[in-house]
Amino acid sequence: MKLEARGLTRRFGGLIAVADVSIELRTGRAHAVIGPNGAGKSTLVNLLFGTPRPDEGRIFLNGTDITLLPAWRRSRAGIGRSFQRTNLFPAMTVLENVRLAAQGSVHGWRLLRGAREDRGTRDTAVAALDQVGLTAFASDLAGALSHGQRRLLEIALVLATSPGVLLLDEPLAGLGAEETAPVVTLLRTLATNFAMLLVEHDMDVVFAVADEITVMVDGRVLETGTPDAIRRSGPVRDAYLGHRE
Amino acid sequence: MTRLGPRGNLFLAAAALVLASMPYWSGLYDMQLASTALIAAMFALSLQILTGAAGLVSLAHAGFFGVGAYTVYLLGAGSIFVTLPAAMLSAGIAAAVIGPIALRTRGFYFLMTTLAFGQMLFFLFHDTPLGGGADGVFLTRPSMMWTVTKSARPAVFLLLNLVTLSLMYLGLWWLMGTMFGHALLGIRINEDRMRATGHDVQRLKLIAFIVSGALAGLAGHMAALTDAFVSPEILDWHHSAEALLMILLGGIGVLHGPIVGAFALTLVREFGQSVTERQRLIEGMVILAAVLLLRRGLAGWRR
Ligand SMILES: Nc1ncnc2c1ncn2[C@@H]1O[C@H](COP(=O)(O)OP(=O)(O)OP(=O)(O)O)[C@@H](O)[C@H]1O
Ligand SMILES: [Mg+2]
Repeated sequence: MKLEARGLTRRFGGLIAVADVSIELRTGRAHAVIGPNGAGKSTLVNLLFGTPRPDEGRIFLNGTDITLLPAWRRSRAGIGRSFQRTNLFPAMTVLENVRLAAQGSVHGWRLLRGAREDRGTRDTAVAALDQVGLTAFASDLAGALSHGQRRLLEIALVLATSPGVLLLDEPLAGLGAEETAPVVTLLRTLATNFAMLLVEHDMDVVFAVADEITVMVDGRVLETGTPDAIRRSGPVRDAYLGHRE
Repeated sequence: MTRLGPRGNLFLAAAALVLASMPYWSGLYDMQLASTALIAAMFALSLQILTGAAGLVSLAHAGFFGVGAYTVYLLGAGSIFVTLPAAMLSAGIAAAVIGPIALRTRGFYFLMTTLAFGQMLFFLFHDTPLGGGADGVFLTRPSMMWTVTKSARPAVFLLLNLVTLSLMYLGLWWLMGTMFGHALLGIRINEDRMRATGHDVQRLKLIAFIVSGALAGLAGHMAALTDAFVSPEILDWHHSAEALLMILLGGIGVLHGPIVGAFALTLVREFGQSVTERQRLIEGMVILAAVLLLRRGLAGWRR
């Protein structure tokens, strides 16, 4: 799969949150987006997913223009996104959370099949839980999970939609050091099978996972390149990396 | 919103049997009262899949009830096998026309938009020749399979309403177990995440709105049949609010809540009428007490 954005721009009043950003994602490659708070990373993810639409620029999925496609259609077309702020169905069980996500593309009369009985969605849901390692918690309420488990469920919900493109907005947000390691392993696995965009602040994680890195500052792309190139880049170090330690 | 398990449903079935046996032990007046409660229960239950399941609070619902009821009047006599589907169809069509516009809004704006549409339907029957007059009109009951004598009527309508409500309940119980039903629950809890995972939220809501409207039309049809009388009042938004009160009183979190609420409110009202002229005061106090003390309504008190 290939997701390509050209010249995306989005303004909020006088503020330009994303300015003329182009980015390309392909299966088997992980593209990290880094940048300071307010750089426009989440807005870029939002634009790629269709909420909101960009003021300027185009988005192509496998060559088809999807700039005007609503979010739910993008999901069905194979784009999955996770949220920086955990966004689940807290009052439902963990399994029902992923099952609902797996059910997203079901339409027509098939919707009248029993939710518990439908094998297709259930198998997808179980596989997604297994992939993130939450199988043991399947019957717990999502709202009762620990923060770390909720971040994993957040990813499971995306995987359950059977996407080809993953847009992950800070999947490690708020995780402790020991919680981070298994998620990084998961991200590395996912990176080989999906076209992945990874927004992440932790540079160790970024260098461990990414094949390509885009640095954003004030809505603009400061630089795009391989991890090595970014590590060596003077402007990036001055503008971003230098300020972080 | 949850559904009762087999044990709870057995309990409901037992209650239905008690009602079904009323012709053997109760007077005509009480059977008529039971019919009133059954119709109120159908109406409130039809709203439950919007409000309890999908989290949509609509004030247009009485309009669909009224369209169903007036369909009986507008068709003249005819057979119940014509009037019943026609009532559901016309109410469903009304919902299919109003739904796409009303569902563009959310929360408070949805409430106000449905209020406006509901009142438009009210005025359609109140102020135009279509409805046969602002004070209401008597109608000829459609023919059923047998001729029903006047004295047998309360018992026959009691049973007819009981069967209709039971079928409606069973249908919705089944529906809430399907993927469609689960999607509605997801919409109430987190509409945005539903969209993000590929659900066509707008369409799901519209289908729920239409099904719910058609079932309100069915309730209206049964009301017209039972009373042989329709008046524009049944389309007024107060009537929608009453259904919402019944849901609240009985329990918004359980499918059968509105049935419990409808019976409770009908009984409270009857009791209030017998002890005071200010029965609304008693109604209000009971609802307040139930909502404040029980939070989950009468049907949810155990949890
Ligand atoms: N819906 C909105 N309305 C107005 N301003 C917005 C909106 N969304 C984002 N912004 C602004 O756009 C800028 C970019 O925000 P964004 O959330 O994309 O940054 P970010 O790079 O994800 O930051 P963080 O690292 O804190 O998550 C910020 O100044 C933010 O205040
Ligand atoms: Mg962000």
